[in-house]
Amino acid sequence: MRVLKKQAISRRSFLKGSTVTALGLTVMGPTIFGKNNAWSATFKNISADDGATLVQMARDIYPHDHLADKYYAAVISGYDKAAGKDKSLKGMIGKELKKINSASMKKYKNNYRMINREVERVDILKANTKSPLFAKVRGDLVVGLYNNKEVWPKFGYEGESASKGGYLNRGYNDIDWLDKV
Amino acid sequence: MAKFSKSDNSVAVIIGSGAGGGVLGMELALKGIKTVILEAGGRHNPQDFVNDEWASFGQISWLDKRTTSGDWRVARDFSGLPSWIVKAVGGSTLHWAGASLRFQPHEWKVKTEYGNIKGASLEDWPIDHKEMDKWYTKAENHMGTLGTGGRERLPGNNNYKVFEAGAKRMGYKDFHTGNMSINSKPYDGRIACQQIGFCFQGCKSGAKWSSGYVSIPKGEATGKLEVRTHAQVLKIEHGKDGKVNGVVYADKKGTIHKQRARIVCVAGNSIESPRLLLNSESNMFKNGLANSSGQVGRNYMRHMTASTYAIFERPVYFYRGTTMAGIVTDESRNDPSRGFVGGYELETLALGLPFMAAFLDPGQWGREFTASMDQYDHMAGLWIVGEDMPQASNRVTLHKKFKDKFGMPTPNVHFSDHENDIKMRNHAWKQSTALYESVGATKVIQTPPYPSTHNLGTNRMSAKARDGVVNKHGQSWDVKNLFISDGSQFTTGAAENPTLTIVALAMRQAEYIAKQMSSKAI
Repeated sequence: MRVLKKQAISRRSFLKGSTVTALGLTVMGPTIFGKNNAWSATFKNISADDGATLVQMARDIYPHDHLADKYYAAVISGYDKAAGKDKSLKGMIGKELKKINSASMKKYKNNYRMINREVERVDILKANTKSPLFAKVRGDLVVGLYNNKEVWPKFGYEGESASKGGYLNRGYNDIDWLDKV
Repeated sequence: MAKFSKSDNSVAVIIGSGAGGGVLGMELALKGIKTVILEAGGRHNPQDFVNDEWASFGQISWLDKRTTSGDWRVARDFSGLPSWIVKAVGGSTLHWAGASLRFQPHEWKVKTEYGNIKGASLEDWPIDHKEMDKWYTKAENHMGTLGTGGRERLPGNNNYKVFEAGAKRMGYKDFHTGNMSINSKPYDGRIACQQIGFCFQGCKSGAKWSSGYVSIPKGEATGKLEVRTHAQVLKIEHGKDGKVNGVVYADKKGTIHKQRARIVCVAGNSIESPRLLLNSESNMFKNGLANSSGQVGRNYMRHMTASTYAIFERPVYFYRGTTMAGIVTDESRNDPSRGFVGGYELETLALGLPFMAAFLDPGQWGREFTASMDQYDHMAGLWIVGEDMPQASNRVTLHKKFKDKFGMPTPNVHFSDHENDIKMRNHAWKQSTALYESVGATKVIQTPPYPSTHNLGTNRMSAKARDGVVNKHGQSWDVKNLFISDGSQFTTGAAENPTLTIVALAMRQAEYIAKQMSSKAI
C-alpha cells in the first residue's frame, strides 16, 4: 500500500496539546512571533495582542497538534486587512474580544490567551458560541484552514491528481490489510 | 452549429441543458426539429475542470441567492444553499457521480404499494416499469452505463474494498461497483476512467457521461440545435389562445431578449423550474403558469439522505479513485417490518479534505471534531440515498422581498422531514455503522444530509389534472405546448439516484413531442 508520511508529532506540540502552555505566541509592538520566531505577523488595524488572541482562539476551535500556529495565523491575518476597510468588523472584533477576556478574567483570573489549560479556554469559548466573532472565526476557519494546500499532506490528502494520471497506477486499490481484520 | 432567429416561432425552446434539457435537445435535433436551448450558465470543456473542491464549487455551482425554511438541518447549517447543483452547459450532469439505477418496478406505483401514509401526498406514476424498460435501455446505451448492455463494471477502489468486506460480513447479497455511467473501457469516443477522484468537480478525462460534452455536441452536429449560454429565462409568455409562444431571457450583460417558440420545455431543475412557472403569472394564469391545480412548487423531494464515515486503525485513502463506485442494494426493498415504507441504497462516497471539514458535522468544533479530521487518511465512507415521502407543504415559493439581479423574485425552499424519512435514516445509519464496525472501525460518524443534489417533484406527473402539473408525457395539463423535462416531473422519488430516469423520460418525451408536432396537435 502506498502510504504517505505525515509530519511526525513533535514532543513540543504534544505537550502543548495536553496541558503545559498556551503561551507560544510572543507579542512585540504590532507584531506577533511564533515559537522560535518560526513565523511572525504584523498587524496594522487590530492590535497584535488581539491578533494573538484570535490565533489562540482559532487553534482552540480546530485544535490540530500537528499544525503549527502559522496555519491558523494565515486565516487571522486576513482579518487585519479586512478591518482596515471595514470599521464595523474592526469594532466587532475589539468589542467581542473584550467580552471574552472579561469572562475569562472573571472565571479564571486571566485573559483568555494567557490561560494555560486548553480545557479552561474551551470552557470560555463554549460560553461564547453565540458571539458573532466566534461564528465568524469558526466559519472562516473551516474553509480557510482545511483549504490551505500546505496542510493537506499533513492529513494524508494528496489533492489534485489528474495531472499525475489519476490513481490508476498510483494506489487506488492497494489496500492490503482487509484480510487481517 | 445552428443559429436561429429570435423571431422564429417554429423552434422548440428548452430551458436548461442538464440531464433532462440536454438530452431532450439532442433527441429533438436528431429528429430534425429546430431547437434552441437557453442555458443560464457558461460552457466548460472537460480540460477546464479543476481538481480542487472549493475552486470547482466557485466555477460551476448555482450560487444565486436562495433562502430556506423548515426543520431540515440544511436550513440551519447552509441557509443560503439548499441545493448543490450546477449552473453550466450540462447542468448537474457535470457534478453528478455517475450512479445510473433503474427504479424498481413497485416504485412506479407506491400509493398502491404503500397505501395511505399519514402526511404524505403519495400518488402512483401514470406510467409503469414495462413501458419504461425500452427507454431505460436506450438511456443506458447512450450513457454507456456499466453493468448493462454487456459493459463491464469498474474495478473497486480502496473505499469500495472496505465497503465490500463489510457488506459480506453483514450478510448482504447484492453489492458491486455500481451501474456507473463512467467508462470502464473506451466507449463512444471517450476514454476509460483514470481513477482520478473528483467526480463531483467535473470529470477531466471525460470518462463520465455528461449531457454537456456528450449529448449536446451530438445534437449540435445535426445543425438543428443551438445552445445559447448565459441566457437566464425570466418569464414564459403566452398568447390569447392560452398557448405559450415565447420566453423572455436576460443575457450576461443583463440585456433582455425575447425568443419566440412553437413549444417550450422547462428543465431548470426542481427549484428553478417551478420558480419560472410561478414567475410567469398573467391575467389568464393568475397563480402562475400551468398551476390551475395549485401543485406547482409543491411536493418538493430531495431523497432521504445521510452519510456514514468510519475510521480504521490503518490507512484507507478513500479519496483515491472513483468517488461513488460502490453499492449495496439489499436495503432498497419495500419491507415495512423495518418500521418504514420504501427503501434505501448504500453507495460509497469520499470527499476531499476541504469538503470533509465543511460537511462531516456542520458547525461542529473542538477536539471531537478535529480528532476525526486527523484520521482523514484512515477514513472510509458511504452515502445513503432512499425514497422520501412527498409532502404538499414541502415546496418552492417565490420570496416576497428578495429579487435577483434581473429583478426576478428569488426562490425559497421549504422542507421538513416526514416521520418515515427519519425512521429510514436512523435504520440506514444503524446498518451502515454495523457494516463498518464489522471490519474493525474504531469510530463511526453519522453525518447529516448535505445541501440537496437530488431535487425532485415540484411539477409532478399525475393521472388526473387536479393532482399534479403534467400528464404522463410531462405535458402541462393546462397548456398543451408547454412541457416539463427535468426531475421536477417526478411523481415520487424512488430509492435510486434520479439521473438515469430523467434521461429515459426525456428520450420518451422527445418521441411524443415529435409525434405531436408532426400531427400538428401542438
